[in-house]
Amino acid sequence: MTSTTLDTAAERRKLVRAGLSRRHVGEKMFRFFGVVAIVLALGFVAILFADVLRKGIPAFTQSNIHLSVTFDPEALNVDPAPVREPGQSDAAFNAANLAWQRQVAMLNWNTVIEAALRNAAPQGFDIDSRQILSIVETDARHRVREVFVRDPSLLGQTVEVDLLASANADNWVKGNINRDLSDTQQQLSAPARALIDTFEENGTIRQGFAWSLLSNVDSRSAPASAGLLGALMGSLWMMLIVVVLAVPIGVGSAIYLEEFAPKSRLTDLIEVNINNLAAVPSIVFGLLGAAVFINWFRLPLSAPLAGGLVLTLMTLPTIIIATRAALKGVSPALRQAALGMGASRTQMVFHHVLPVTFPSILTATIIGVAQALGETAPLLLIGMNAFVAAVPGTPVEQATALPVQIYLWQGNENRNFFEARTSAAILVLLGFMITLNAIAIFLRSRLEKRA
Amino acid sequence: MNTLIVAALLLVLLGLAYQLGWSKSRNLATANGARVHSRSQYHGSLAVLWTMLPALLVLAVWAFFSPGVQHWYAVSQIPTDILTSLNQTQLNQQLQRLNDLASGYGVTGELQPFEQAAGENIGRFQLLSFLIMLAAAAGLGVLGLMLAQRRITPRLRARTEVERAISLLLIACSAVAILTTVGIVASLVTEALRFFSFINPLDFFFGTVWAPRFSSTGAGDAGQYGLLPLLTGTLMISGIAMLVAVPVGLMAAIYLNQYAHRSVRAVVKPIIEILAGIPTIVYGFFALVTVGPFLRDFGNAIGLSISATSALTAGLVMGVMIIPFISSLSDDILNQVPRSLRDGAYGLGATQSETIRNVLLPAALPGIVGAFLLAVSRAIGETMIVVLAAGNAPILRGNPLEPVSTITVSIVNQLTGDTDFTGPQSLVAFALGLTLFIMTLCLNVVALYIVRRFREQYE
Repeated sequence: MTSTTLDTAAERRKLVRAGLSRRHVGEKMFRFFGVVAIVLALGFVAILFADVLRKGIPAFTQSNIHLSVTFDPEALNVDPAPVREPGQSDAAFNAANLAWQRQVAMLNWNTVIEAALRNAAPQGFDIDSRQILSIVETDARHRVREVFVRDPSLLGQTVEVDLLASANADNWVKGNINRDLSDTQQQLSAPARALIDTFEENGTIRQGFAWSLLSNVDSRSAPASAGLLGALMGSLWMMLIVVVLAVPIGVGSAIYLEEFAPKSRLTDLIEVNINNLAAVPSIVFGLLGAAVFINWFRLPLSAPLAGGLVLTLMTLPTIIIATRAALKGVSPALRQAALGMGASRTQMVFHHVLPVTFPSILTATIIGVAQALGETAPLLLIGMNAFVAAVPGTPVEQATALPVQIYLWQGNENRNFFEARTSAAILVLLGFMITLNAIAIFLRSRLEKRA
Repeated sequence: MNTLIVAALLLVLLGLAYQLGWSKSRNLATANGARVHSRSQYHGSLAVLWTMLPALLVLAVWAFFSPGVQHWYAVSQIPTDILTSLNQTQLNQQLQRLNDLASGYGVTGELQPFEQAAGENIGRFQLLSFLIMLAAAAGLGVLGLMLAQRRITPRLRARTEVERAISLLLIACSAVAILTTVGIVASLVTEALRFFSFINPLDFFFGTVWAPRFSSTGAGDAGQYGLLPLLTGTLMISGIAMLVAVPVGLMAAIYLNQYAHRSVRAVVKPIIEILAGIPTIVYGFFALVTVGPFLRDFGNAIGLSISATSALTAGLVMGVMIIPFISSLSDDILNQVPRSLRDGAYGLGATQSETIRNVLLPAALPGIVGAFLLAVSRAIGETMIVVLAAGNAPILRGNPLEPVSTITVSIVNQLTGDTDFTGPQSLVAFALGLTLFIMTLCLNVVALYIVRRFREQYE
């Protein structure tokens, strides 16, 4: 009898041993899957950032052509700039000045640039005028003219000017164009390509930081000078509207719901409603903006005002939910102490509870603004994808936004040049978002330590 | 400019009101030694309210009526014989010219004989009406201030009144969220109903062909608006996204929650959450220029034809976007499962993974289903990734390796930059938006309900 129980015990132990190793393999497998998931997730982050950085960083440098431009009086047949005479009225002087500027604008500045380019090229280089001008960006004539208008006394003198190389020339220098392609497939003619190589060797073409990316507005005719300034200002206006409207309204609403509202069906409904609003797709807010702000209220199309209002409504739930959570977290002792000292409910909330929640509200605001900054879809529906080549001075002027500019640039036909430019714009956008989030984290840790 | 003047004047007036109210209540307390009900700040604030409300009322009335009045006056300045000869656009141009003259910018071209005088008249009228408005606002404000001053007595319950005003303001703030929902529903429903007056709802919801014609190509034929191709595209992409996001997100959450060392968790969790903060346009661009071509080349290598822009491309990248959403929600939910359940399983000799699979996950299942539904609703409503990477081919087909289109893509295509919602071409965007809204609303309500129930279960 005893032997059989011993046998079964031994067998059972054996069984358990066998099962145990199987279970331990299962355990290891499970852990392994967990590690794989983590590695995959981190890998995605790494690949995404590496890809955008690899594509975007080259676009932060750009080819500049260093030229000695001579304002040749023979090529520039222009009257001397009007000088203000004593007794001349404002209007008369302005009229004279405008007439002179119109005359300057009518001049063919390309001849001046062409002369400067030929001067920089080796003696007797055979290239026609259209080909040689394809090396500089088409807005170079405006740059040179601006130099002259600023200082008309330069007539007959020579100045050193840095001009942007054209998008094609920049691509050629950076090696983004296959050099083995035949002449018919090349955007630049053979002499122009040869001249660019010469310029690169003798230092006429140099790489410099692409300030144009940050200091210029968007441009279709001169892609190499297309920049983000207009979009940055548009986004700035919208963020201003979001902060000015969403924070007070959101905080006020959270205070009412958390501190004053009687617990009733209605407040329950509001609560469900706000949670749902937070999960409504952003494009639906765009439809709301198109129907209500643009079509009913007749707000200007493509203006930061309408965009800012749409983004405000989108950001509100984020701020309300975060503020309510913060208010919930305030210790009841604080409230009871305030009420016990004879403070009214309003005084208790505004003097004692709200200041404690300040760090959380600030963080929620910054995160909400960062979210709004990256939002694209609703802005497309209220016409912010229009081509705008101006910096919006007020929130009712036409403008575009940073993410929308990225959307517009990725669709540009000049793929070869704009892919890098788009990646650079993405880096600028990501830079802003990372800065905002870093500020949020920093402020929270600072303020919470003090509180 | 005018707005700045008004705002500055208003601020000065309000500052004055506060000061007067404050000092009067102060005097009561110090001179007579009376016991004043409220502190001086409340008397000051009450005076501000009494001053501000009438002034703002005047400003609001002015803002509402002045464009109409200005327009009427400007039109009245154009001689009748010229007025009758103008059509609407010419009239607008003429008014613009007159306004430019009135504001002193000057205009190009020859001045018509009446224009100079009309411009001056309009300028004078604008200035006059502005000044009258300003005087009225200031006058009523001062009147309100005087009334408020007279009301200040020791027994005046200024604090109660100010607090009532504050609480009204807070209620107004809360109403904004409600109004947003009402606005969404109202605008979607009214415009969608207008769309259904063009197109039979049955043809919309059960149509299998999406071919909207633009009004310029044919006047009579509006095209076909079948929802099904878009719906299948949406569901296909969301499905692929969930296939990527759920295993990775859930396993990452389990690992971080149960296995990982604290220091690892502190580093890895924020990095994964970076994925949630990246704008969707960036994902779209990444899908378009990197993932799509990679998948196409990969397909070529193994002899499979994969389009660069396809449901697969968009779905994969969208899945990556949703990973942090799933992982942080699941993490929260795993945290809420009581420790006793886990300890019980360990006590019976279960390994860690057995505890997780047989105890933790079943206990957390409702919450995880809720998180899953929220993620689906996010995937359905996602726009920029699919606009860039799904290929915009609204054809009913089941192959995820080929381009598709989605509801959101079609909304963007039908509505960009349109303002006159007259034809079904642009109105269809609202019908699509309504469909999308209802789909996500149902998902959200169910998901939030499940998550809430789950929380209550363990509280």
